[in-house]
This record gives sequence, C-alpha cells and structure tokens, in this order.
Amino acid sequence: MDGAAAAFSVILPDRALRIENLGMTQAAIPDAAIRVRNVSHQFGEVGEARHVRALLNTSLDIARGELLCLIGPSGCGKSTLLNVMGGLFTPTTGAVTVGTTPVHGPMPHDIAFIFQESALFPWNTIFENMILGMTFQGVPKSEREDRARRALEAVGLDEFAAHYPSQLSGGMRQRAALARALSLETQILLMDEPFGALDEQTRMVLGEDLSVLLSRSKKTIVFVTHSLGEAVFLADRVAVFSARPGTIKEVITVDEPHPRKPEFMTSAKFHRLRDQLYGLLHEEIRKSMSQSAKPKRAYEDQAKGDS
Amino acid sequence: MSSPRRKFKDRFASRLVQVGFLVVVLLLWYLATTRWGVNKLLLPNPLNVWDQLADVIRKGEYLNDLRITLTELAVAFVISTVSGTLLGYAISRSPYLIKVFEPLFAGIYSIPIILFLPLYVLFFGLGPASKIALGTTISFFPVVLSTIAGFGNVDKVLVTAARSMGASDYQLFRFVLVPAALPVILSGLRMGFTVALLSVIGSETIASLAGLGHRIVNLAENMDMARMFAYIVFVIAIAASLNTVVSVLEARGRRQR
Ligand SMILES: Nc1ncnc2c1ncn2[C@@H]1O[C@H](COP(=O)(O)OP(=O)(O)OP(=O)(O)O)[C@@H](O)[C@H]1O
Ligand SMILES: [Mg+2]
Repeated sequence: MDGAAAAFSVILPDRALRIENLGMTQAAIPDAAIRVRNVSHQFGEVGEARHVRALLNTSLDIARGELLCLIGPSGCGKSTLLNVMGGLFTPTTGAVTVGTTPVHGPMPHDIAFIFQESALFPWNTIFENMILGMTFQGVPKSEREDRARRALEAVGLDEFAAHYPSQLSGGMRQRAALARALSLETQILLMDEPFGALDEQTRMVLGEDLSVLLSRSKKTIVFVTHSLGEAVFLADRVAVFSARPGTIKEVITVDEPHPRKPEFMTSAKFHRLRDQLYGLLHEEIRKSMSQSAKPKRAYEDQAKGDS
Repeated sequence: MSSPRRKFKDRFASRLVQVGFLVVVLLLWYLATTRWGVNKLLLPNPLNVWDQLADVIRKGEYLNDLRITLTELAVAFVISTVSGTLLGYAISRSPYLIKVFEPLFAGIYSIPIILFLPLYVLFFGLGPASKIALGTTISFFPVVLSTIAGFGNVDKVLVTAARSMGASDYQLFRFVLVPAALPVILSGLRMGFTVALLSVIGSETIASLAGLGHRIVNLAENMDMARMFAYIVFVIAIAASLNTVVSVLEARGRRQR
C-alpha cells in the first residue's frame, strides 16, 4: 500500500496537468498513446444480409496513462472500435496509430487484451496460461516463471496457480486474465467488458483494485463497460457512443485522482457525473431501440397492405 | 472425504453385476446343452469349447490368421487416420469447404458401405487388399468427420486471444487448435478403430482366403461347432483387449494435450 501511495503522489500532478488540456471533447492530444482517425467499419458488403455499418467516422485520441471508458447502446460498435485499436480488425476506412506506429495487425509488445469471457485456455492451468501468453509474446524463457508469479501475486491469485480455469469462480477467472495481460508488460490494456459477467459487488471490488493497479503502473487503458457507475468510478474520461452506426457523441472528464476510494461513489460529484452520463446515453438507447423495432413496423405495414 | 472410497464401492458393485451377468449367460449355455437337449450342432457344450480353445492356443494354430487380420486392421486404420485427419484439417480451415463436405461425408457415413464388398473384391481380389480397402473406407468417415468438427468448432475467442498475444501460425496450431480439437478427434479415432475392426473381420467372413473371420466360416462349413465357438471366443477376447488399449490411449491423449 505504501508503494501505491507513493506512486499516487507522483502521478497526481502529471494527471492534473493533462486533464486541463483535455477539456475539449475529442480534441487532438499531443503525444497520444493511441490515435484513432476517421475510422469507419462495416461488416459484409452493401446489399448482403449480414451487412452492418458498425462504426462511422470515429476519431479519438487516448492520452498516455489515462483510463478511458467506452460506453454506449448495445451493438453500437464499442467492441469493434476496441478490436480496430488493437489491430484485430482492419477498419474499412481510417487509420489507427499507436505511439508513432500505424496499426496493421496485433501488436503484442504494445497492447494486451482482456475479453469479456476470460479467454483462458481451459486445458492449461492458470500458471501454464501465463507462461503460454509470454511464450506467444516472445519473452525469454528464463524470465517467464518469475513474471508469471509476480503478476499472479498482483491480482491475489498466487495460491491458485495450479488450478484449471474451470476450477475458479468467474471473478477469479477475470483476475487471472488480468494477470496474464499484466505479465505481458505492455503499456496499453484494452479491456472489453472485463467484469460484465460478474455481479455488481464483485465488479466494484475489482474496479477498486484496478484503480490501485492503474495508479501504480501508469498504463494506458481503454475499458468498455455498460455500467454507468463503473465508468465514472474508473475513468479519467468517458466516451459516449451514439446509436449504430457508432460514433463518439461526447467525451466527459472525471477529474478525480487514482486510486479512488469507495467513498467517491457516494460523493455528490460522482452522482452529478453519473446523471450527466445517463442523460447522454438515454437518448441514444431510445434511438437504437427504435432501430431494432423498424423491421416490425415494416411487417405491420405489409399486413395492412394485404388486408 | 469418503468420496474416493464411495467411488471405488460403486465401481466394484457395477463390476459385480457385469460379471454376474456373464456367469448367468454361461450357466444358461451350459444348462441348454446338458439338460435341455439343444442340438450339439447348433450349440456345443461350453466345456468342449474351452478344451478346443486351449488346443487352438497350445498349437499356435491361430497365429497366421491373427497376423493377417491384425495387419489388415493396422494398415486400414493407419491409412484412414492419416488421410482423415489431414483432409479434415484442410477442410476445417474454410467455412465454405465445411458446408460442402461435412453433410456429404455424414451422408456417406450413414449408408452401409459393406454392401459394396463385392465391388471391392472385384477390384482388389479375395486377398487382404480388399479387406484393407473396405476397412479404410469405412473408418475414414468417423475420423474425417470428427477432425472437421474438432478443428471447426474451436472457440473463436481463444484464437483471437492467442493472436493478440503474438502467437505464430505454428504456435496457434500447436498450443490452441490441437489441444482444443484433440478430445473430439480422439473419440473419432476410437470409433474409426472399432468400425475398421468390424469391417475387416466381417468382410473376411463373407469373401476371403485367410484371416480369423475366414477361419470361423470355414469351421462352420465343416460343422466343427466347438472349434468355431472357440475361435469366436478368441476373436472376442482380442477385440476386447484392442478396444481397451485404444480407450486407454484415448484417455491418456486427452490428459496430455
Ligand atoms: N463478425 C461480425 N460480423 C458481422 N457483424 C458483426 C460482427 N461483429 C459485430 N457485428 C455487428 O456490428 C455491430 C457492432 O458490434 P459490436 O460488437 O462492436 O457492438 P458493441 O457496441 O460491442 O455491443 P455490446 O455492447 O452489445 O457488446 C453489431 O450490430 C453487430 O451485429
Ligand atoms: Mg461488445
């Protein structure tokens, strides 16, 4: 905890400074960790049944060391954007750069992913999962075991190294996935609803841990969530998506140092930000619901025409 | 805490029932031949069969037929394993190929291919070649189908995760695809082995020059019922031990992926 406190005091001025620069929505950030420029993405071709325009002309800069939450209606393209940032999808148009490198494929040395389902290999123990991830990334053999142990300690799973993923609870599995990502020692973490399948309480505790971890490690994190509370509690900035085809509607700044205490959740500031987010989201969720209701209306019209 | 002991007890109990069942069948067989006057030409006395079996084994008379049958089986199984897994893997790489070939193979697998034995004999002769060809054909389908299913249904998230961590093509194959597909492929191989054994021995009884199936039919034609039954018991023992070996190998393969 001492270490965390020290890191916290070091980080604080840096963070405060940066946040001043970020007052504007979607303003360009000098020396950004990730730059997303005019990215659009569609699945399938126009006219095909599976054709979907998932992202429309999205631009976003993510500052070094910040935690940015993506929030928006289901199906608006948040996962798509995350996958584009990490080089898992090539966008239909537009470009992403990480540091100064244009992204054309996975960048295992810069970016680690954490998926909604833990994506641990079920036939390997937790420890073997850690080792395998580092093998893929190309970590020298002599370093792997040591790094695996340290990462497992950081998430409090060192006693479960020999367990198989199926022998852990959902929350423990996500912590193990987080440990695997940490052991890769990348500067950037992309997390797609990592706590989405967990209950509210577990999620909040894991959020607190993540906040502590973040203040220690100075990692850049992009975090997709459906939970307003989680977004406000974790994020330095929250990017709100419009309904599909998704684009960023507004970016809200949460000016509160890490690590954040549970008390923050009961503060007036927390509630004000949460309500603001809800106001922005509410509209878009209505829109996205009427989108999915369209086919039904068409069907009713047709029924009228028939009679 | 008492769960291992409980398990052992359960296993012991079910073994007891199984052994009891066999004993009852043997007893009924014995009574049928000694008390109820069933014709010896239809059903020989089990004690007679036992003597004949001892004689067959002591003289080593079975050796040549066993060698031929096992060779046919081994060659057929190796060919269908190699071709089935390679082809299955190639097909599983493309959703389009899966859509074309999976229903096709499943359809062919469901017809009784043994009906084509006369054709196989015409093409490959009465010797081992026709047995090998038929055994290969029949066991190819479970192998190729399970390989397609195994490699075709690997959880996409795991593949994406491996790629995101920088896995090379070889690493993806070795550490993700193979371990994910192995249990399904192994049960396909076990099934393939079983049907290969059935079709090799089955086709030997229909049209052949040698082999255990041939020997059994020959004895039947000479009305040497006790010795024929001795051979049947012998084949059952061989088949049971082979299947046990294959099941053990399968279980071990599952654990060591
Ligand atoms: N592989 C794919 N093929 C075709 N369409 C896809 C594919 N992946 C996503 N889509 C479509 O693209 C749209 C955006 O998907 P995406 O997964 O990015 O949404 P999301 O914002 O992450 O939603 P959620 O919050 O429900 O996870 C959806 O309408 C989805 O149907
Ligand atoms: Mg998603």
